[in-house]
Amino acid sequence: MAEGLGWWGVPLAIVAGTMRGGTPFLFVSLGECLTEKSGKINLGLEGTLLTGAMTAYGTSYLTGSPWLGILAAGLAGLVLGSIHGWLSQQYRVNDVAVGIAMIIFGSGIAFFFGKPFIQPSAPQLPTLNLAGSAVSPAVEAALQISPLFLLGIALAPLMTWFFKSTRWGLYVRAVGDSPDAARAMGVSIFKVRMLSIMAGSFLAGIGGAALSLYYPGVWTERISSGQGLMAVALVIFARWNPIMCLWASLLFGGAQALGPALQSVGIKQGYYLFNAAPYVLTLLIMILTCSPKRTLAGVPGALGIDN
Amino acid sequence: MQTWRRTLESLCLSFGAILVGLLLFGLFCAMVGANPLEVYGLIWKAAFGSASTFQNTLIRASPLMLSALCTALPARLGLVIIGNEGALVMGGLAAISIGLAIGTALPPILVQTAMAIAGLVAGGLWIAAAGALRHYRAVNETISSLLLNYIAIALLNHLVGGPMRDPSSLNKPSTFPLAEVNMLGDIPGTRVHWGLVYGLVACLITYFLMQRTTFGFAARTAGGNVRAARIAGLPVGKLTVIICFLAGSCAGLAGMVEVAAVQGTANESLNVGYGYGGILVAFAARHNPLAAVLISLLVGGILASGGILQRSLNLPDATVLVFQGLVFLVVLYSDSLYGKIRFFKEKPIITTSASPPSSPGEEPVVTV
Repeated sequence: MAEGLGWWGVPLAIVAGTMRGGTPFLFVSLGECLTEKSGKINLGLEGTLLTGAMTAYGTSYLTGSPWLGILAAGLAGLVLGSIHGWLSQQYRVNDVAVGIAMIIFGSGIAFFFGKPFIQPSAPQLPTLNLAGSAVSPAVEAALQISPLFLLGIALAPLMTWFFKSTRWGLYVRAVGDSPDAARAMGVSIFKVRMLSIMAGSFLAGIGGAALSLYYPGVWTERISSGQGLMAVALVIFARWNPIMCLWASLLFGGAQALGPALQSVGIKQGYYLFNAAPYVLTLLIMILTCSPKRTLAGVPGALGIDN
Repeated sequence: MQTWRRTLESLCLSFGAILVGLLLFGLFCAMVGANPLEVYGLIWKAAFGSASTFQNTLIRASPLMLSALCTALPARLGLVIIGNEGALVMGGLAAISIGLAIGTALPPILVQTAMAIAGLVAGGLWIAAAGALRHYRAVNETISSLLLNYIAIALLNHLVGGPMRDPSSLNKPSTFPLAEVNMLGDIPGTRVHWGLVYGLVACLITYFLMQRTTFGFAARTAGGNVRAARIAGLPVGKLTVIICFLAGSCAGLAGMVEVAAVQGTANESLNVGYGYGGILVAFAARHNPLAAVLISLLVGGILASGGILQRSLNLPDATVLVFQGLVFLVVLYSDSLYGKIRFFKEKPIITTSASPPSSPGEEPVVTV
């Protein structure tokens, strides 16, 4: 991609990677943000992401329409979310444990049904070209923007508005912050959490579609290497604020592009180590921002407390 | 006091959960067009059918036992650690490094001991890091241990693909092979390597450590109520780090066993199946090391049957993953059934005193 640009290819590839690689992070983190605001953690979004990626790719291949693929990915996420939502609210059942089980189950489903789709190539989402025709092809390729990315950018302020200014947003916050108050308001905690988890999983499914239909734009069993999981850490870093989720997703997308960017200018040494950059970054951020002495600002009050 | 009804309840729920998981899996197979009875038959034949296939199961069960302890031990402290895969990989890497460094300069028994210690220490430090971060920086241990998995795998890929690569391993990058004499042998009369004994001994030791010693009691107290443990003067931080170290060293030993008894080198096959499998075993065994031995046999059998399902019924190898996921979900659900089935309820003992005050955790829960 960056041949002919020399070292300038590195920052360019990182900028491009920020937008490309950031898109799945954005959707998953917004989904997880919504889920956690209602007081439950969904670690299983890693499995949801994989199932979404597979469903989107398969649907796009079979029907020829990538947009239908996105919808199907969201719906697949919805189904997995309903399992998580129901099971994690049973008496004595821990939501973190259910999340681990859902990672296994979701990736199992994705790999099982995704086997026939590894070889064929499915129609990809069309992209918008930011750059004019005057620039070199490398720059042009780097500045292709997916409508999914724009959708994600629009979604972040929308979610902020939803939490702040709508009745339903208030319900979600009440259930997540103080279930007793919500109960006194006459809100069904079970229903609100169920819907939040399902909607969050819907978004995570679309995040999977961004992986398989936009960037990297293929379906393999290694397409998501922990991105669903990093998104969970990212929400903590973003302090459960959708706008912050947007910035954090871009940061993580950039970190992810580091390995491929260096490889494209011919640095082969330590390729795998650079690919681990997002994990190290996540860990470092968590070490720096967490503290045993105070609870984090913005954390939903009932998060991590069993029923 | 545990009465027979309680014991029966936990036995029935554990095995019932696995049975229901099997039924759901049969349903899944029927949905994708495979005959469930045929699938069951194949799993049975591949896992427990004959002495020869049962040995395959045993070979797979031993790393599972060790890997399960990595989740089961911290669970007694109330921590959900799922860094099994990372600790296993680090243990395997450390073991192969020591094994290759010493080569044939020392007698095999010493080399094997050094490899085992290297595996124990490397895996232990890996998970102890997650425990220390949890205690001193309040970093969520589930997420940090999972991130450590990916970092360990990246490290493995880096070392195996570059600095430690054997140039003759073309399509599957591996390290230089371990000298034949240093390989962990088989238990006489079987094809099962000594790793099985490692697994059994580790499960026994940890069971006694957690259930029969002051140390284990302190750990379980801290797991039950951190504040009470602090007031009682227990060093919660030290306990956390030590338990996590022990947990990680078990998984690290599993890595050493995989390297020294099965693979003979370190390559990407190290991180296949035993990470998630171990987590499943730990949860299904309700974090009891002795129960983990039995459940490991079951899950090891399922892992062993993966290849046959693929060959005879043309099912993808992810079938095993779907099965594991289903069983895991049902096992978690079965936890909510404790105390709900009338048959297992204790008969109320008629005494003169008033009804005892409800203890914490047994208050009626308002479900919405």
